[in-house]
Amino acid sequence: MSLFAFLGTLEIGLIYGLVALGVYLTFRILDFPDLTVDGSFPMGGAVAATAIVAGINPWLATILATFAGSCCGLITAFLAVRCGILHLLASILTMIAAFSINIRIMGRPNMALLGEPTIFTPFENLGLDQLHVHLGIVFLLVFFLSVFIIRLLSSDFGLGLRATGVNDRMVAAQGGNIGFYTYFGLALSNGLVGFAGALFAQSNSFADVTSGVGTIVVGLAAVILGQTLLSSPKIWVSVVAVIVGSILYRLAVAFALSTGMFGMQASDLNFITAVLVAIALVIPKMKAKIRLKSVRN
Amino acid sequence: MIGLARIKGITLFCAMALVFISTANAFAQTYKVAVSQIVEHPALDATRQGLLDGLKAKGFEEGKNLEFSYQTAQGNPAIAVQIAKQFVGEKPDVLVGIATPTAQALAASTRTIPVIFTAVTDPLGAKLVKNLEHPTGNVTGLSDLSPVAQHVDLMQELVPDLKAIGVVYNPGEANAVSQIELLKSSAKAKNIQIVEATALKSADVQGAARIIASKVQVMYALVDNTIATAIDALVGVSNQAKIPVVGGSTSFTASGAVASLGFDYYQVGVQTADYVEAVLKGKAISEIPVSFAKGSDLFLNLEAAEKLGLTLPDAMIKRATNLKK
Repeated sequence: MSLFAFLGTLEIGLIYGLVALGVYLTFRILDFPDLTVDGSFPMGGAVAATAIVAGINPWLATILATFAGSCCGLITAFLAVRCGILHLLASILTMIAAFSINIRIMGRPNMALLGEPTIFTPFENLGLDQLHVHLGIVFLLVFFLSVFIIRLLSSDFGLGLRATGVNDRMVAAQGGNIGFYTYFGLALSNGLVGFAGALFAQSNSFADVTSGVGTIVVGLAAVILGQTLLSSPKIWVSVVAVIVGSILYRLAVAFALSTGMFGMQASDLNFITAVLVAIALVIPKMKAKIRLKSVRN
Repeated sequence: MIGLARIKGITLFCAMALVFISTANAFAQTYKVAVSQIVEHPALDATRQGLLDGLKAKGFEEGKNLEFSYQTAQGNPAIAVQIAKQFVGEKPDVLVGIATPTAQALAASTRTIPVIFTAVTDPLGAKLVKNLEHPTGNVTGLSDLSPVAQHVDLMQELVPDLKAIGVVYNPGEANAVSQIELLKSSAKAKNIQIVEATALKSADVQGAARIIASKVQVMYALVDNTIATAIDALVGVSNQAKIPVVGGSTSFTASGAVASLGFDYYQVGVQTADYVEAVLKGKAISEIPVSFAKGSDLFLNLEAAEKLGLTLPDAMIKRATNLKK
């Protein structure tokens, strides 16, 4: 793998790390299986692209995209909490509706940003290398957002949020508002995902409605991969783990893309990725078993 | 006079020798061409094969002086971006993007390596180029804009008293949406109504076609990846409703479309090879204008027409490049 490909992979891994963080918040913290991300990721891209093409400042456009993502989360929460629809189905409804909305927002299925200003443009104009600029800014943004999430989850409010996922009756008995925590958690999660969608669109110069397909799968794979390799009850370790998981997933894809020399053909990509991720999940368990055996002997 | 002739002869010989040496040099070099394709389906695969064969005909042969790498994103734009990064890192001589998102991902990943796009319907809308005649950046290529106005003419020829055309398409595909806009404007000029239904997945095509089949006199199958995958379902429903299918891709005729007028995507690939060759020979991108794919063929399926009790006009049969009896 060339350095360029490696740095590019890191960048995509970090952007999808925010998706993984969002999935971690819903699946792990709130215990709310939320598939809305398949809709909020392209919505972030669609809103950011449309706003930028309309002449709005790229940073403001990114914030708008984050809000759009949050709105998706709020709608899912509304359907689940207020209308009593099963959480999984509520998120599916938002996800499929978002596809149509995204086409409405852009007025077309694909919107290009080539040659338009993005949050990266001012730094590129300083004469810095495009790839380094993208990677640096994405890293900083992911870093600050992770710190924010860690601090939030460690606060008293975060304790309530975490408790909602573990034992909601206990939270209700203590006078906590479960509905509010669900609304907040989903808005936060999908806001992160919308933000990631906006970053993805600006970094790669296009927003496409089909870019949402399989977002949840990638997010979940990253969460599980990261937490298997770096398991700890500590919040900050978990947050770092899901981002590392996302980067590892992208490295697996990148590796699968370079297996042409082993007689693999291009269409084998998904299969190879799946095998690599499966191996990454199994190795720690095998290690533990071997260690256990050696202890017994 | 003899001297002059001799000098001329020597000059000619020298010139020939020079040409020979330079071509020999050119052949000693290995060219790297990297192709990124959004999804695997017959039309796009044919484009890639056409490109490979076209390059071979021009003396760029895989395994000899051509390194041809190929990846498919399997329909996922995020993977298309990763492929783009991978390819740019390998520093090939030319990058080729088949279909819109892959071409955009390549164009966004490099500003120095030449990018040739192909099978992109609307390169201006996709912002791949700002100007069709004089591309300014490192991107140029071939558009496969379907001859939609000709399709409307063909449908009118097939059904003389044509009032309504039915069309199923995927609103998520940029290529399909561009064609729908063209279809509406050409039909409006002829006072023909367009009845549309959308299908997000190939599994939805049958249901969508059923809803509109009874309201129209002909079904139009445009060049859309979703429709191409589910063309059999579209033809099946239309046969039940006893209306003909007219297709934008010649491959649809074999599946039971009565008539189709479109590109042979293999030929689109062969035409793309011209672009790749020009770049490999050192021509500047700004001197290679974007062009539209040429050579649309008319394919007719007489067996399908007979089943529907439809007689095809003689003039149409005479024009056809391919007849299925």
